[in-house]
Amino acid sequence: MQRISKLSLLALAMLLPSFTKAQEQAEMADVMRSDGKIYVVVAVILIVLIGLFVYLFTIDRKVTKLEKKLGK
Amino acid sequence: MKNWLKIVAVILLLYAHIAGLLLGVPRLNILNETIRCLYFHFPMWFVMTLMYSISLFYSIRYLRNPQLGTDHRAVEYANTGLAFSLLGLVTGMQWAKYTWGTYWVGDPRLNGAAITTLVYVAYFVLRGSVENQEQRSRLSAVYNIFAFAAMVPLIFIIPRLSSSLHPGAGGNPGFSSFDLDNKMRMVLYPGVIGWILMGLWIASLRVRIRTIEEKVNELDYAKN
Repeated sequence: MQRISKLSLLALAMLLPSFTKAQEQAEMADVMRSDGKIYVVVAVILIVLIGLFVYLFTIDRKVTKLEKKLGK
Repeated sequence: MKNWLKIVAVILLLYAHIAGLLLGVPRLNILNETIRCLYFHFPMWFVMTLMYSISLFYSIRYLRNPQLGTDHRAVEYANTGLAFSLLGLVTGMQWAKYTWGTYWVGDPRLNGAAITTLVYVAYFVLRGSVENQEQRSRLSAVYNIFAFAAMVPLIFIIPRLSSSLHPGAGGNPGFSSFDLDNKMRMVLYPGVIGWILMGLWIASLRVRIRTIEEKVNELDYAKN
């Protein structure tokens, strides 16, 4: 009996560092990264961003055109 | 604004978004992955401050030498600043929901930011309520100086004197409590520059559109 409890105590002592380690390590979206799904998010955000840039450039061109028209 | 600066803005922002999502960040409890919000939330306030400062500069210049073009610049920079401050508020609220559990806490930092936004909204209300152009320009230029003078203590002084959930309280500058490591700086600062250029670009577009508007009005007036 005593032997079993000693063994379990030893097992606990061995496991303890891994428990505390888990607590120290804050939970992050590691699974999402290893799955590669994060790239989907990056792609979607980039599409929106690039779309906005293209839109801004078209507005810029339009304004330049109007300026030229008025300059005459 | 020079065309190459626009390209630089595009490149920096593309980099900030990719690196902001993919590069490593410190593993912190409570914040977890949301620490990345810093890359997008903080630049909004930085750009807002810069836009309001430029607006103040043009307002003072208008009072020294009243010219319509100067007034246009003052308005449009304030307008762009307001847009960024609204984005800053909304992104901050979203972030707060996940880290503090609520969209809004009544602490000096958040309330100061909200009051500043209202002060600048009042600038546009004031402009809209005066018919005469010269009066409107002069009154709003004076008001703009007071608005900026209110913003500085509301955003930069009072929050630092009191305790707050928001980082930067108790005299700490900005985000030192994030233990901002060099990896994060390498994403944050290029992003800030990118957003600044973006803000300047949008403001310059608005100024140009307003100038065109003014010219069209003059032509109409000449016709009649």
